[in-house]
Amino acid sequence: MKRYAGIALLIGLGVVAGCRRHPAAETGPKPTAYGAAVVESSGGKQVGEPGGALPQPLVVQVNDAQGNALPGAVVRFAGGSDVAFSPAAVLTDSSGQATTTATLGDTPGRYTLTASTPDAAGKAISLQLTELVAGYQEQLGERLNAVYCSRCHNAESTPQQVSNYDNLDVKPHTFTDGDTMNKLSDSDLTALISHGGPALNRSALMPAYGTTLNKAEVQALIAYIRLVSDPPFERTGVHYGKQ
Amino acid sequence: MRSIISKLVGSVRSLLADPVRMFGLVSVVLVLLLAVAPAKDHFSEWHHYQQQYRRLIAKRSDAATLQRHFVGGVRQVWLPQVGVVDRCESCHSGLTEASLTDVPQPFRTHPPIPHGLDEFGCVICHRGQGAATTVAEAHDSKLAHQEPILPARFVESSCGQCHHAALMGTPKLNRGREMLARYGCVRCHTVKLPDGSTMTATDDPPPLTHIADKTSREWIYAWLKDPKSYAGSATMPNFHLSDDDARDISAFLIAASTPQPEDTATLPAAALKAAADPSGGASLYGESFCASCHAMQNAAGDLTGGNVGPELTRIGTKVKPEWLVGWLRDPRHYDEKTQMPRYRWTDQQVALLAGFLENKTDSDLLSNVQLAPATAAQIKHGRSLVIEYGCAACHEIPGIKRPENFAPELSRVGSKPLEQIVFADDVPHTLPDYLAGKLREPRAFGPGLRMPDYGFSHTQLEALTTALLSLTDRSFTLPQSLQVATTAASSYVPAGHAGKLMMEMNCQACHRINGRGGDMAPDLSWEGSSVQRAWLDDFLKNPNTLRPALIRRMPRFNMTDAERAELTDYIMTVYQSPVLDRDTPLTSSPELIDKGRQLFYSKYACQSCHIVDAQRDKGYIGPPLTQVGSRLTAVWIEHWLQNPQALRPGTLEPNQKIPEDEAQALTAFLMAQRGGRATGTSKQEAKR
Repeated sequence: MKRYAGIALLIGLGVVAGCRRHPAAETGPKPTAYGAAVVESSGGKQVGEPGGALPQPLVVQVNDAQGNALPGAVVRFAGGSDVAFSPAAVLTDSSGQATTTATLGDTPGRYTLTASTPDAAGKAISLQLTELVAGYQEQLGERLNAVYCSRCHNAESTPQQVSNYDNLDVKPHTFTDGDTMNKLSDSDLTALISHGGPALNRSALMPAYGTTLNKAEVQALIAYIRLVSDPPFERTGVHYGKQ
Repeated sequence: MRSIISKLVGSVRSLLADPVRMFGLVSVVLVLLLAVAPAKDHFSEWHHYQQQYRRLIAKRSDAATLQRHFVGGVRQVWLPQVGVVDRCESCHSGLTEASLTDVPQPFRTHPPIPHGLDEFGCVICHRGQGAATTVAEAHDSKLAHQEPILPARFVESSCGQCHHAALMGTPKLNRGREMLARYGCVRCHTVKLPDGSTMTATDDPPPLTHIADKTSREWIYAWLKDPKSYAGSATMPNFHLSDDDARDISAFLIAASTPQPEDTATLPAAALKAAADPSGGASLYGESFCASCHAMQNAAGDLTGGNVGPELTRIGTKVKPEWLVGWLRDPRHYDEKTQMPRYRWTDQQVALLAGFLENKTDSDLLSNVQLAPATAAQIKHGRSLVIEYGCAACHEIPGIKRPENFAPELSRVGSKPLEQIVFADDVPHTLPDYLAGKLREPRAFGPGLRMPDYGFSHTQLEALTTALLSLTDRSFTLPQSLQVATTAASSYVPAGHAGKLMMEMNCQACHRINGRGGDMAPDLSWEGSSVQRAWLDDFLKNPNTLRPALIRRMPRFNMTDAERAELTDYIMTVYQSPVLDRDTPLTSSPELIDKGRQLFYSKYACQSCHIVDAQRDKGYIGPPLTQVGSRLTAVWIEHWLQNPQALRPGTLEPNQKIPEDEAQALTAFLMAQRGGRATGTSKQEAKR
């Protein structure tokens, strides 16, 4: 009887030991230098698709205490469990820059990614990057925006698409202008898009699109506006998760 | 040990011996067995998730609503008519709760889409095993005959099972389908759609019947070896031919080529001399809007221009000067089906343009190509290679029949069972990975494969994979009533002498007329109801810029007066709307015009997009209206204002539901805008 108990105990211990997690080892290339700051070079605030790689790579730069670009420092990229980086740890190149490609999760919304590098004392200095994933609605909104809205609401003019922004006496708001757009409720935006500027005592230069676009398309546009707004749009009213 | 067993056997014996004890035992066993089902439920995965969900919602401020909506147990959507039994909701409890946007999966609400859960369930779009009640089985079924979940980035493919025309919400799918047609995939692979139609190619591979007149054997060799080295935008794939194979194919193509019927390309010597003026050629290239269809690398190395015709960056290295002259004079003489219009340039203009294009050379391209004269054996081998690689599926080649069913049919490739697939090393065993891998490296999946290499980019691969994944078994088994067919292809061709003229200028390469034609320029089906005759005649003589902001514009076709009059008459007579009478008289009065002006500037603020008063208005989106009174008909304007999309679907101007009386006033105001007369000498024209 005792023998069996002993064997069972041994097996049990073995199972427990096997299940214990190994501490996450610091993997990746070995740094030859330690920086004092991480700054973004490019690749922030992109709009990607669910489960897809972002269109542009993320590029961050590591600087030393004097603010000069530092080659040979290691930069580790991290995000949620559904974010993947290729590669996740990079040594900065001769111009102090580390480049990676990020693949975001399947869920639309805002993703906060972190790029961090250890300083000489081994403490991590990090930089946060915000990336967006557009779901079906936001993607549809993005396309409607490109067709109907961006010609006036985007001040940037290119030979392919000349902007009408400068020609308007009352300047339209760009959709990234969160300070203004976030103050408008969903029903305000619906009224503005469907019935034109005068619906909210604004400029008649904004025409009514309520007949041209259907309800779902107006909602899609609003979803897109909410996605790209900076600072981010926070839904007011019910605060979820806080009782 | 033995004593324990003998004791057990003893007690069992004593139990069985006594009927009462026996009854008690059976009862206990029965109760235990009955407890198995609830216990199984209790320890099941979905129950675990439902408990988690209830804990999650209990903490929220809208807990009462969510709790009222929550129903426990195995939940399922059963839709017999579309063949759906989906139990996904058993774990994904918050799918239809609009407020659960900020919670972790599997409880998050489904993002809004045009269809409801109760219409189509889950697996029609997401695949996976709907009837399964464990995560592993539902999502990652490894059984070869079953489908795992489709990665989210390919989900647009599922829309394509019913929607066979382009949708605003599925850019990737649209792009993939365009590529299937544009890269000639469907010339070798048959793709039948559930509505009974077959996908057709939209590319325009040139016939090789007279290839020897057009280019040299050396160029063909270099092109076959690597089309992208000649033109980065080439749609011709790379067949990875050996030097010998490329040598033999080029030998065969030159040998098989027949001379063009009588060529009239000889130019007067004086005209050819003018070709020495490269800037004149460049400006003619610009004036003729060649870049609307053809791309060319600029000094900075960027490719600019359209992709209707081939890239012209190195055209001088490719074509023979005498061929080019003949082509510019009359492209249809060489290729009957070409999209290129006949411009009716003068001999001097042809020489200028030919001279300009002949200078677009790349001396490196052919510098290493040294081909000895072809032998009969090489030509014979070349011919067998041309047949083996199916060149005639795309190109017309003398003496070679177009192969039928050259490559596997792809009508149901999106449901291809995994057990039928031979995977290459390093490719994950899923269908999307197989398709993308096959497109990336077509020959990696086994020896002897002939599919060529297109050098697709990552985005292109994703789009094509999405389009292929939409070709499923399910798209054929879903009820026919759900199928949203493509708009039926129209074969409209303008008739008569004027029709021949229009075909020569290939109006329908850019303009859609009665359902057939390009989308680069406005639909002309009702042009005769829309514009005034004098304006049209003037426009055809000198297509001044209606919309100065556009890069692609109507070129001048240098018609004779008689030709122009004939074409104008034809358009004015034939292309009329069935509901609009062009000759409806205009209602106008000074008061009405004044009311119209007020409506234009105040209520509808049309000046945000249009210019009426060139001094004051700046709107730059719609066409300028300074001379609209001499351009459009009153009845067109009045109907346009009330519903622009009814006259031209998809036009940008929003439909503002302008009531009839206001539309009348606006029409009176606009018809008064004659800006002198539209004779092509207006202020705007002079400025250009």
